[in-house]
Amino acid sequence: MTFLSPLIFLALFSLVAYLSKLNNSEVKTIAVLDESSQFFNEFENDIYTNYQILENVTLADAKKMIKDGNSYGLLYIPDVPLDKLTDQIQFFSKESPSMSVVNGFTKKIEKRIFNANLKKLGVDASMIESSKVYVNISLEDFSGEKSSERGNLLKLIFGGAAGYLLMMFIIIYGNMIMRSVIEEKTSRIVEIIISSVKPIQLMLGKIVGTSLAGVTQFLIWTFVGMVLMVVASMIFGVDLAVMKSPQNEMLMQAAANDNLDEAITSLMIELFKLPLTELIISFIIYFLGGYLLYSSMYATIGAAVDNETDTQQFLFPVMVPLMLAVYVGIFTVIEDPHGTVSTVFSFIPFTSPIVMLMRIPFGVPGWQIVVSVLLLYLTFIGALWFASKIYKVGILMYGKKPTYRELYRWFRY
Amino acid sequence: MTMNNLLVAENVTKKYGNYTALNDVTIEVPQGKIFGLLGPNGAGKTSLIRIINQIIYPEGGQVLFKGEPLQPKHISAMGYLPEERGLYKSMKVGEQAIYLAQLKGLSKAEAKNRLKYWFDRLEINGWWNKKVQELSKGMAQKVQFIVTVLHEPELLIFDEPFSGFDPINADLIKEEIIYLKNNGATVIFSTHRMESIEELCDNIALINKSKKILDGKLTDIKRQYKNNIFEVGLESINKPSLKEELSEKFLVSDTHFKSVGDELKLKIQLQNGHSPNDLLNYLSSKAQVVHFVEVVPSVNDIFIKAVKND
Repeated sequence: MTFLSPLIFLALFSLVAYLSKLNNSEVKTIAVLDESSQFFNEFENDIYTNYQILENVTLADAKKMIKDGNSYGLLYIPDVPLDKLTDQIQFFSKESPSMSVVNGFTKKIEKRIFNANLKKLGVDASMIESSKVYVNISLEDFSGEKSSERGNLLKLIFGGAAGYLLMMFIIIYGNMIMRSVIEEKTSRIVEIIISSVKPIQLMLGKIVGTSLAGVTQFLIWTFVGMVLMVVASMIFGVDLAVMKSPQNEMLMQAAANDNLDEAITSLMIELFKLPLTELIISFIIYFLGGYLLYSSMYATIGAAVDNETDTQQFLFPVMVPLMLAVYVGIFTVIEDPHGTVSTVFSFIPFTSPIVMLMRIPFGVPGWQIVVSVLLLYLTFIGALWFASKIYKVGILMYGKKPTYRELYRWFRY
Repeated sequence: MTMNNLLVAENVTKKYGNYTALNDVTIEVPQGKIFGLLGPNGAGKTSLIRIINQIIYPEGGQVLFKGEPLQPKHISAMGYLPEERGLYKSMKVGEQAIYLAQLKGLSKAEAKNRLKYWFDRLEINGWWNKKVQELSKGMAQKVQFIVTVLHEPELLIFDEPFSGFDPINADLIKEEIIYLKNNGATVIFSTHRMESIEELCDNIALINKSKKILDGKLTDIKRQYKNNIFEVGLESINKPSLKEELSEKFLVSDTHFKSVGDELKLKIQLQNGHSPNDLLNYLSSKAQVVHFVEVVPSVNDIFIKAVKND
């Protein structure tokens, strides 16, 4: 299964890529009934759309014709002056139209009216075009280190990916730990085991073991996935660069006024400008701390209940800070990496691993990292202590679903 | 006497919050004997056993193993079969047995060797590569038994060892326990099944409501609990008058036991320093004695009596 998963994932990926290509490659025919006779030259066919200009028919006839025919829809431009036209144009289609098609002809119409307006005002369109400017402000901090918008974007992707990865890791492998504790309880092997090892050894062993298994699985997935990607893209000719993600699009926009090669080169430069060693080290520290903190909570939950259906009430307080961290991270760090909210959340131990990981690429003062790491690890030790007390009692309790009050009692045993 | 005790629990007290599970309990487990731990459900037996296994720790008192307070090193000198027992369901039998033996400190090769011996002995050779979920409950219990004894512990602790076994396998396990005892192991076992206590135990302790209410050698306890009652069978022509005559000298009550004749069946309690021989002589002068047995209380009787009196 470990080796199969990336294969299945890739197959799915390729299928989606293929299907979306298929979806787009279908050429749509749109009939245009232009009674104003202003737009003859605007509707040129492109790869997605064929425009079919109708002449000497009434709207009613055209509608009927299109309804029974194969065309995708009918664009109707009534015979009114251009400046009155903006809210008079209609589009009829059999089903609700694809947004990209509507955008396609709306842009064409807007361009025509815009140019007509310019002409009316006596402005030359080419003058407008030549007077457009693009400003690229060079961002620099006081130590002289340069950053750019593109660099910021890269940092965001870096931090976001790290935070998101940590969250996924916690959820997947935390659940695995919880399930394995429950399994030992329901199979009743736990008492046999703890007559040989101490409960805390068993718990720590489980956390460490599961995380190592998790890291191995991750590495295998990444490796197999990468190999398969390359192989698949060679075999199926699926152009993976076509796959659009929001990040990709942002990068594309940032690169819009450069040519592509130049953009890639400057991205590489920005990438190497990031303090990679620092990033990797802090990633490992926060990843470990965050994972250990949450997994001791998952282990506690596993020990407290008898079966998975009883875990819901206890999972809630685990998921809330996790989700909060990701959303706070995404919304406030993008807005201002050093704002009050993101700074505070990067100190709270339950959210700091994710939020701080997102902030670090933007440069966080050393003392903040030290304090937040200290808080995180102290909390982890506290959580572990708490977990081991609950765990010790919980694994020997069968057949009842504890309340929070009972957990507190166990804690005091 | 104390020198021969493998394990001594001294004044052990265990509390769970406000609930006292064990209250000042002292037991002595002699070397090389089978020690029965009795008590109603919830009396505290499992708590005591878990303390001996260092799974939980007492608030008061201490447990000495070979004269030393319990330490982690003693864990490998004990083998524990808990009442709530199981195995990893999706793991293979052999693999799992080796893992559990390694936890007790055996090397892999050693564990394999000994497992081979025990698998032969209990005739379960074919199971090595089976997954536990394919085994029946009784089959899995055989594997658990082997894992418990594999590292040749000096002290074996069985909590309700016969639950879940069919009679044939329960017998088999009983024989194995005796075999282990003959090889020098000391055994503690707790059970509700009184007949197995009768058969196996040299010493017992009875725990009720967190307190020990009775302990000692089984034979001593039985002697202590017998009341000089004899069950007799008398052949006589006039049974009612014989019974009346006897009632004047002794405490007499009717009783039942299996026999081929229709003799008068009585329970007679000796009093006032009469010996069994006095009774027998007197009876034989009055009638034909066809049955004469001292009534020794069963563990079950003692158990019920002791718990009621407590």
